[in-house]
Amino acid sequence: MTDHHETEETQHHVTPPIVYMVIFGCLLVFTALTVAASYIEMGLWNPVVALAIGVVKATLVVLFFMGVKYSTKLTKLTVAAGLFTFLALVTMTLSDYISRAWGRW
Amino acid sequence: MSDSPAIAHSAPVEGHHEHPSYQRHHFETYEQQADTTNFAMWLFLLTEIMFFGGLFMAYLIYRNWYYPAFVAASHQLSIVWGTCNTAVLISSSFTMAMGVWCAETRRRGGLVLCLVLTFLLGLVFLGIKTIEYTEKIEKHHVPGFHYSVQAFTNPASDPDTYKEYKDKPMPLDMARHTEIYFFLYFAMTGMHALHMIIGIAILGFMIFRARAGAYTTGHVTFVENFGLYWHFVDIIWIFLFPLLYLISRHQ
Amino acid sequence: MSSTIVSLPDQSTARIPKVNFITKENGLLSWLLTSDHKRIAILYLISITFFFFIGGALAGLIRLELLTPQSDLMATDTYNKVFTMHGVIMIFLFLVPSVPATLGNFLIPIMLGAKDLALPKINLLSWYLYVVGGILVIYTMASGGVDTGWTFTTPLSTHYLNTNVLSTGVAVFIAGFSSIFTGLNFIVTIHKMRAPGMTWFRMPLFVWSHYAASILMVLGTPVLAISLVLVILERTMGIGVFDPTKGGDPLLFQHLFWFYSHPAVYIMILPGMGVVSETISTFSRKRVFGYTAVAFSSVAIAVFGFFVWAHHMFIMGISNYAMLVFSLLTMLVAVPSAIKIFNWTFTLYKGSITFETPMLYSFGFMGLFTIGGMTGVFLGASGTDIHLTETYFIVAHFHFVMVGGMLMAFLAGIHFWWPKMTGRMYPEKISQLAAVVTFIGFNLTFFPQFILGTLGMPRRYAAYPPEFQVLNVFSTAGATVLGVGYLLPVLYLTWSLKYGKIAGNNPWQATGLEWQIQSPPLTENFTTIPIMDHEAYDYEWLERQKEKEVTHVG
Repeated sequence: MTDHHETEETQHHVTPPIVYMVIFGCLLVFTALTVAASYIEMGLWNPVVALAIGVVKATLVVLFFMGVKYSTKLTKLTVAAGLFTFLALVTMTLSDYISRAWGRW
Repeated sequence: MSDSPAIAHSAPVEGHHEHPSYQRHHFETYEQQADTTNFAMWLFLLTEIMFFGGLFMAYLIYRNWYYPAFVAASHQLSIVWGTCNTAVLISSSFTMAMGVWCAETRRRGGLVLCLVLTFLLGLVFLGIKTIEYTEKIEKHHVPGFHYSVQAFTNPASDPDTYKEYKDKPMPLDMARHTEIYFFLYFAMTGMHALHMIIGIAILGFMIFRARAGAYTTGHVTFVENFGLYWHFVDIIWIFLFPLLYLISRHQ
Repeated sequence: MSSTIVSLPDQSTARIPKVNFITKENGLLSWLLTSDHKRIAILYLISITFFFFIGGALAGLIRLELLTPQSDLMATDTYNKVFTMHGVIMIFLFLVPSVPATLGNFLIPIMLGAKDLALPKINLLSWYLYVVGGILVIYTMASGGVDTGWTFTTPLSTHYLNTNVLSTGVAVFIAGFSSIFTGLNFIVTIHKMRAPGMTWFRMPLFVWSHYAASILMVLGTPVLAISLVLVILERTMGIGVFDPTKGGDPLLFQHLFWFYSHPAVYIMILPGMGVVSETISTFSRKRVFGYTAVAFSSVAIAVFGFFVWAHHMFIMGISNYAMLVFSLLTMLVAVPSAIKIFNWTFTLYKGSITFETPMLYSFGFMGLFTIGGMTGVFLGASGTDIHLTETYFIVAHFHFVMVGGMLMAFLAGIHFWWPKMTGRMYPEKISQLAAVVTFIGFNLTFFPQFILGTLGMPRRYAAYPPEFQVLNVFSTAGATVLGVGYLLPVLYLTWSLKYGKIAGNNPWQATGLEWQIQSPPLTENFTTIPIMDHEAYDYEWLERQKEKEVTHVG
C-alpha cells in the first residue's frame, strides 16, 4: 500500500518562513506587472497576458502557500480533478458558443 | 492510488486510550484524522471552484459578446482601490501562511499575531469594497435598481472617469450591456465578499481559541485547513482583479 | 422457486442482540443529535419515504388527469404545478438521496471495516439540510406551487411566471448542499478509512459505485447551485443575465443547469447499480464477473457523464457543431453502462440462481434499465431526438431508467439489507408478490408511453388529441397497479419490525464485512477492527469460515 515513510515525511513538512516571504514578494511583483500590462496596447494578447499572470500567481499560492508542492499524490490529483472539471465546463460550453455566437458585436 | 497508511493493528477499540484528547474516536490515529480532514477541505474547495466556475463562464461569454461595454464599464472601477485590495489580500495570505507555520512550530504568540493581522487585513479589504460599492450605488450602477447608462452614452457627464480615459460616447444598445458587466461585478465580488465575511468570522473564533493555546499543542489541522480556505478565497480574487478591473486601461 | 439460500438461526432460541445501535441510547434527541451513520441512515429512510409518497400522490394526480383527453380534472396551470412538483420532489428529494443517503450511509463504513464515516457531524448536517430543503418544498406546494417544470427553463422561470420559483430554487439549493456533503463524506471515507488489507480492489462494487456517484455529487452540484442563484437574482433584481432584452442569453442557464442535471442522472443510477452488483452475486452464489471492468466502468460513467449534457438541449438553439459533438459523446457514455449489464449477465451464467425478493427486483432492474438505456441511445442521436424530444418518449425513457431501474434497485437494496438494519426478515411470499406486481404495473404504465411518444403526444400537456386516449388509459391502469406494488412493502416491512423472523448475522450467506457482524450492528460496528485478507465476493472464503464455525461450536 502506501509508502509509510513518505507519508510521514510529507505530512509534516513545515515550510520555512523565508519561502513564504519570497513567494509574497513574487506575488506583489506580478500584481504590479499585471496592472502595468493593462496599460499597454497588445490587442489580442492583453487577455492572454492577464490570464497567464493570474495563473502564475495562483500556481504560486497553490504550490507554496497551500503546500501542494510538498503534499501527497492524492492532494495533487484532487487539485487536478477540480481544474479538469472546471475546464470541461468551460470548453464544452464554448463548443456551443464559439460555433454560433462568437464576438457577436 | 496509495493514500492512507496501513493501520497495522487490530487492538480492541474500547479501552484504547493512548490517543490525544483532540482525536475523534472513529479515527485510529491522529495522523489519520489530520489526513482525512485535510482531504475533506480540499474536496470542499473543489465544490467552490465549480461554484465560482459558473460565474466565470458567464463572464467569458458576455465579455466576448459586449467587449466595448465591458471596457467602458471597467473604467468605472478605481484601479487604485483594486490594486490596493489585491495587495491587501495577498498580504493576508502571507500572514495566514505564517500563522500556519507558527501553529506547526508551536509559537502561540506568533500564531495569535498572525491571525489578528489576517483578520485586520480582511477587514481592510471589506472596508475598501464598501467604499467601492457605495460609489457604485451613488452613480446608479447597480443592475436592477434604477440603472443608469448616462456615464456611457455621455462620458463627459462623469468628469473623474472622463479625465482619465476619454471614452467616446457609446450607442445606447451597447451602453445598455454595461448592466451585464455590473451584474457580473456585483455577483462575483459579492460572492467573494460573502466568503471573506465567513472567513473573517471563523478567524475571530480562531483568535479566541488560539489565545487559549488550542492550536499550538499539536492539533494544527483546524488552522491548516482554514488556511487552505483563506488561500482559495485569495486565488479567486487573483483572477477577479484582472478580469474585472484590468480589462483595458489603455483604451 | 422453492430453493432458497436463506439460512436463519433457530427461531425458538434466536433473539435480537440486546446491545445494538438502536437500543444503545434512547430518546428523540439521541436520534436527532446522533453522529452514528446508521441512525442517520434510518432518519433519511423515513424522510425520503415520506417525500416519495407525496411525489407518488402527485403522479397519481397526473395519471388521473390524463385518463381523458380534455383538461377536465384540473386547470392546465394546476396541471403544470402538479408535474413540476412531482419532478422536483422525485428527483431532488427522493432519487438523488435514495440509495446513497440510506444504504450508502448505513453500509459504506461497515463494508470498509470502519467505525463511522470520516465526518459524522457533516453527515448529520447533511440530513438537516435535506429536511430544510424538504420543508421549503412543502411550503412551496402549500403556498401555490411552482409550474416551471423541474428544469426551471429560462426565460419562462425568470420573467413569465408568478409562481413560487424563488422558494423552490432555494429549496433545491439547500438540498443540493445536502447531496454535496454526503458525496464529500463518502469520498473521504473511501480514501482514508479503509481497514487494514482492504485495498481498492477488494472493496465491494457497491462502494465503487458510490465513489463514482460521489465524485459527480461533489463536482456537479455546485454548478446547479450557481445556476439557481442566478435565476433567483434575475427574478428578484432583474440583473439581465438570462434576459435577451438586456443582452443576456437564456441558453446559458440551460448549459449551467444541465451541466449538473445530466451527471445527476448518473448520481441517481450508479448507487442502484452498486446494489445490483451485490444482489446478483449473492443470489447466484458467484463472484461478479469482471470485477475490475465493473469498477472502472462506474468511474468511466462518472467521467464521461460530464461531457454529454447538451443532449438535453438539442432543440434549444445550440449550434449544429455542438449537436454533433454532444451526440457523439452521448453514444460513448452508453458503453460503460452496457459493460456492466453484460458483466451481471455473465455473473448469472452458470451460477446457482435463487429467486428471493432482492433478486426479483434485480432481474427487473436488468431488463428495464436495458430498455431504458437503449432508448437513451436512440435519443442521443440528434436526428431522432429532434423528433422524439418533448414527447412521451422522453417521459417513458427516463421512467424506465429511474423507476424501472433505480427504484427497483432501491427496493432490492432495502429488502437485501433489511435483515442487517433491523435484525428481522420481511415475509418472503408477499414481498415476492409485491415485486411481481410492481414489475407488471410498471410495464403497463410506461411501455404505452413509448408508443404515445413516437405517435407524437407531447409531454407536460394536460390535454391531448382523443386518438391517444386508449394508451393513456392503459398507462393509468398500470399506475394503479404500480401504486399497490409500492404500498405493499411499506406495510409488510413495518409489520416485520415487530413480527418478522429473527435474521441472524448472515441470512443470505453473503460475503462482505457487513454480513460478518451482528444484526442490527453495534454502534461502533466492530468490536475489533477487522483485517481484510480475502478478495471481494469470495464464496470459498465464506465456506471456510462456516467450516471453522462448525468445528469451533461443535
